[in-house]
Amino acid sequence: MQAQITKGYSISKNGYYGNFGGAYIPELLYNNVNELVQNYLQLTQDPDFNKELNLLLKDYVGRPSPLYFAKKLSKKYGAKIYLKREDLNHTGSHKINNALGQALLAKKLGKQKIIAETGAGQHGAAAATACALLGLECTVFMGEVDIERQAPNVSRMKMLGAKIIPATSGTRTLKDATNEAIRYWINNNDSYYLIGSVVGPHPYPDLVTRFQAIISKEIKEQLLTAEGKEDPDYVLACIGGGSNAAGAFYNFIGNERVKLIGIEAAGKGLNTEYTAATLQKGSCGIIHGSKTFLMQTYDGQITEPYSISAGLDYPGIGPLHAHLQETKLARYLSATDEESLAAAFELMQEEGIIPALESAHAFAVLKKIEFKENEVVVINLSGRGDKDLDTYLKHFN
Amino acid sequence: MKTRSEILFEKKPSNNLSVFITAGFPNKESLLEIIPLLENSDCDIIEIGIPFSDPLADGPVIQQSSAIALNNGMNLELLINQVKQVRPLISKPIILMGYLNSLLKFGIERFYESCHEAGVDGLIIPDLPLHEFKNEHELYIKKYNLDFIFLISPTTENKRALELAANSSGFLYLVSSNSTTGNINENKTDLSEKVMTLKNEGLKIPVLIGFGIKTSNDFTKVCKYANGAIIGSAFIQMIKNSNNLQKDIPQFIHNLKTKTHDHSIN
Repeated sequence: MQAQITKGYSISKNGYYGNFGGAYIPELLYNNVNELVQNYLQLTQDPDFNKELNLLLKDYVGRPSPLYFAKKLSKKYGAKIYLKREDLNHTGSHKINNALGQALLAKKLGKQKIIAETGAGQHGAAAATACALLGLECTVFMGEVDIERQAPNVSRMKMLGAKIIPATSGTRTLKDATNEAIRYWINNNDSYYLIGSVVGPHPYPDLVTRFQAIISKEIKEQLLTAEGKEDPDYVLACIGGGSNAAGAFYNFIGNERVKLIGIEAAGKGLNTEYTAATLQKGSCGIIHGSKTFLMQTYDGQITEPYSISAGLDYPGIGPLHAHLQETKLARYLSATDEESLAAAFELMQEEGIIPALESAHAFAVLKKIEFKENEVVVINLSGRGDKDLDTYLKHFN
Repeated sequence: MKTRSEILFEKKPSNNLSVFITAGFPNKESLLEIIPLLENSDCDIIEIGIPFSDPLADGPVIQQSSAIALNNGMNLELLINQVKQVRPLISKPIILMGYLNSLLKFGIERFYESCHEAGVDGLIIPDLPLHEFKNEHELYIKKYNLDFIFLISPTTENKRALELAANSSGFLYLVSSNSTTGNINENKTDLSEKVMTLKNEGLKIPVLIGFGIKTSNDFTKVCKYANGAIIGSAFIQMIKNSNNLQKDIPQFIHNLKTKTHDHSIN
């Protein structure tokens, strides 16, 4: 089945976006992945499926999320700055769009057992929520180190009925939680793997992108009302694996009027060892079944990236973004910990919004771009900052 | 030219034991000691694991051995040099098993050429898709006279299994159940039936059974319908616990193989 998209890029029969993507999986996962490849387009395009999902997105998630005109920021940076308020979604981020979509898809495929990986716990909590709602069994893999760092989200997932399995291998963080989820999937073929970002083997990057595409679909509709035109001049979004950016970009990809800018976490700086800017500092390889950019040693060992934000320190990046960078359909910048913290405090004080640390990275580049007056800028505010209060307090003076 | 594996299976079609060891485990130079001990034991094929930070298809025992090896400073270049160093003393086939990312960083042609020069006989790359094998790897496999061994599982459809077999040389690796290495899933598909069906449908290449082979009983059982078996996790576990490899390696392999002809065990 060909997953053809006409908006500036296409996906080949084997799941490649140009030179990136594919499905580099052991034979043991072939049937599971192939079942999804054979069914995902048909199921996600089915009118009944979409009716059910859209109703949940409206009444349960609270969509459409508002597109808010940030008056004070606009004045400060000399452009019309709009915030896409994914932070106002149920569970507090864009992650729920994908979690609900895939949980519903799993149900249609007759699966009862859901497995998921999580780093900071945002996707884990969204998956646990979707499973509670739809009556599915949920097992979340989380690195031992992250379990310690993100205790409130661990409790949240447990209260929602999920079982947490600590990943004790490797660096005991998101990368290893993903490895453990995949190994569990190999040993438990009846499970459905609900992956949290636009990463992993084909068709996951495309599947997750499609469930997040609602972000840019709504932006177009909302801008038409607010500005009398569908296209902004810029879309800014932070990138870890890249799912909120994929969703915010999707309906603008290939549209020459819109500049798409993804912002990676530079950590302590691009020229230090402590960075998570995969597209700028990584090289091409295979991670979690996908050919893409990743952080690795000269010998091909995958390394642990660093960012102050737990949601951005993934050593790989969705193959779509590797492709958009290569074809120059999008641009990728970065923001350091320090710049992002400053941007977060600015947003709190100017607009009364506490953003997730991840999302704050997107705001940090406002200072780095020269806008023309009246240019329309949309920033995807992918999540709220409740989970980051400890970090913020530590740096607040 | 026939590879060492092909010659082996022609001469000895049954009861073949392939033993897997992670390079650089337990010590950086361990291959130099372990390979000659395997040469002088009853094992038939020597399989060497390329340590990788993220071995997706491996269970805890091989994962840990891989992590220890990397800590010891093992890398692909060193691994190939160690094989090259011992190869003159070794008559048995040597197969490397590793993940695609290690090869990509090393350089695909450089990897196969180095394997050839070091006297490696075949490769197992579990995360290399068939289409990419055909497009980017097959020419080097042929150019450097190497075997490439695909994995199939009990749930691999017969048509696909035969296609993977047709693209394999040396032997085909049948994973005993849908699991990571070292694990045995309870609801086991009947493997003998799978092998019989594939043979009836034209499978000609020898089949070795792997994943979850631990005892001589396991070995004896699979040798009734397959050409042999691969042992990995159990061997590594033994190495980990051993104070005397000179004694324990031949003993372990002898114990595994001695009951092979005792058909009363079931």
